[in-house]
Amino acid sequence: MRLKTLAAVLGVGAVVACAPVQSGPTNSGTDEQTGQLRVWLFDEVNRAPKEAVVKEAISEFQGKHSGVTVDVQYIQVSSRAERFKAAFSDPKSAPDVAEFGNTDLAGYVSAGGFSELDLGKWDESKDLVPTILDTAKVDGKTYGVPWFVGVRALYYRTDVFTELGLQPPTTLDEIATTAREIRQKKPELIGISAGGKYLFAALPFIWANGGDIAKSDGGKFSATIDSAEAKAGVAKYTELIKDDICPPATCAGNGGDASVEAFRAGKAAMTIGGDFNRKSVDASSAAGKYGVVPLPGKDKGSVAPAFAGGNLLGVMKGTQRKTLATEFTQLLASKKYQQKMYTAMGNLPTFSDVQKQVADSDKFLEPFTKTLQSGTKFVPVTPAWAKIEAQAVVPTMLQEIVTGAKNVDTATADAAKTMNAAFTS
Amino acid sequence: MTAKGQGRTAFAYLAPALLVLGGLLAYPIYQLVLISLFDYGQEQVSGGAPLEFLGLGNYQKLLGDQQFWTVLGQTVGFAAVCVVGTLLVGAFLAILATRVRTWVRMTLFLAALGAWSTPAVAGSTIWLFLFDANFGFVNEVLGIQGFSWTFDKWTAFGLVAAQVIWCSFPFVMVTLYAGIKAIPGEVLEAAALDGASAFRTAWSVILPLLRPIILVVTIQSIIWDFKVFTQIYVMTNGGGIAGRNLVLNVYAYQQAFAASEYGLGAAIGVVMTVLLLGITMFYLRALKRSGEVL
Repeated sequence: MRLKTLAAVLGVGAVVACAPVQSGPTNSGTDEQTGQLRVWLFDEVNRAPKEAVVKEAISEFQGKHSGVTVDVQYIQVSSRAERFKAAFSDPKSAPDVAEFGNTDLAGYVSAGGFSELDLGKWDESKDLVPTILDTAKVDGKTYGVPWFVGVRALYYRTDVFTELGLQPPTTLDEIATTAREIRQKKPELIGISAGGKYLFAALPFIWANGGDIAKSDGGKFSATIDSAEAKAGVAKYTELIKDDICPPATCAGNGGDASVEAFRAGKAAMTIGGDFNRKSVDASSAAGKYGVVPLPGKDKGSVAPAFAGGNLLGVMKGTQRKTLATEFTQLLASKKYQQKMYTAMGNLPTFSDVQKQVADSDKFLEPFTKTLQSGTKFVPVTPAWAKIEAQAVVPTMLQEIVTGAKNVDTATADAAKTMNAAFTS
Repeated sequence: MTAKGQGRTAFAYLAPALLVLGGLLAYPIYQLVLISLFDYGQEQVSGGAPLEFLGLGNYQKLLGDQQFWTVLGQTVGFAAVCVVGTLLVGAFLAILATRVRTWVRMTLFLAALGAWSTPAVAGSTIWLFLFDANFGFVNEVLGIQGFSWTFDKWTAFGLVAAQVIWCSFPFVMVTLYAGIKAIPGEVLEAAALDGASAFRTAWSVILPLLRPIILVVTIQSIIWDFKVFTQIYVMTNGGGIAGRNLVLNVYAYQQAFAASEYGLGAAIGVVMTVLLLGITMFYLRALKRSGEVL
């Protein structure tokens, strides 16, 4: 009994006295002009061309700065969350410059990982597409330079459309009717391969209808996914995942990759895919018999706002060589090297003039640059978004609707409730 | 030696083991409980935001969440099916193994050990291939191409349960087989001489003698099956359509760790530990009352 009391007293004392570990503030305060600059870039399936361009930039940089070496480490996209979390917790193991996805930005910034960039003195920055530069901002401050951008458009099978005498849809509403007609006439085909977990395909439907996921009121976010406009978009998208277009048993569990996969396998007449899917579609059974048009908006001739995905280059907060790191970031993200990266990897540039240049030389890119120029949108820029994404709030909402577990009103209301809880926590 | 001195000596002998146990068990549990009392996210870990003591706030949030109770119910049901299934299959095959010729038994054991030693991720993926809607062997044999096993809530749960049973029955089978083999031949002979039928021998002689072993494998299975993660995560793609195949461990991962809410995740961990301890204690007490001691 005495032992129990002792243990209890010790326990209570320990809980009151101690707290979980925290690492210290990460600002180093020094700004060295020589030494080794450490850089993290994402690994790719076919990395060699990327590596060659990066090496070229490094030798140019090292030529300009004597006594500086640049060490690049390629990290896996799938384990990036753990790598970055570890880097934030232990500044000693952190790089000076890093490539990262723009949807991760808000979480990284609030974790104290990246430092603010002053792009004012950098001439080329004025040509960055404003909506793309917005994806590098949190609360109006810039924390990275957009390195490349990825947008999605509507892929369709030209052979199927010709055979059935169809035209690619010109309005958002026509997507469903066209897809239904195709499946009716060719029951072995999915009208349009849409997925219950394919957030970036669903978002344009919401945006085109004038809705949004959430709105910011002076930095305070609140969900608007249950607004009338957003609900109209959700209803339009979920209408696609029905037996007469894309059966739920096949499509409800699909994310972006699986949705495009059905199109690659020749099982779907349409899908929503990115410029980055081109190589894989060209290496599939759909090769040579597909076309791409911008995802149409609500009105004829308009384009539905697309999600502006892409990667940024940023300078870590704990760096001891901030000036060098910023200069290297600006070099790697410059027009010259974005152009080279496009040639090497097919990455869409983030400068409007470079975009136009590459689109003129490659007809395939036209629907994508057209989509970019007609305005893109982004997910809520708040650390809460990372949580909402991890908890799969929007995919769960879409799946609840397509399986009939909830109707649009209830599902969106519940999603809004979960999101608001994340925004205010 | 006085009683006190004896106690001291005993303690000195036990001290190293206690130290190791304390380091490996008590400290992590202490940290788990501690973290569960704070608002502890990535910002807090990396020093970007101050720590906030919540007291029981994480627990309140968890217990007030309707989904937590749904998931808890599903977990209990799922674990129960898996435990019963594992024990039945394991026991049946153990008995079978005692009755067949050596080479059949060897084949049976090798096959079972194969299933046992397959890594969970690999096993789950292979099962998914077998039950694939379009190209799966099972659908091919049954002639139901296009039928998705993982879409419907109950077929998905059933498929995962079958996989869990498949990879956990060998432990039960091997242990029970060893237990049956350890029963002295004279006892069975005596029963036979007294004219007991096969069923009567199994029920009144073998079963009571196996009780301690059955107890151990049952508790083991309960703990394992309650904590299933890999199979659900891999086979239902992270919890099924609209999260309807979530179990507690996957739920904890998704809600807390993937979302960097370590405080909440720790709270779920504490709740699971308490639940499992509770189930085990209840089971032990029930057995003690019926006259058995472990």
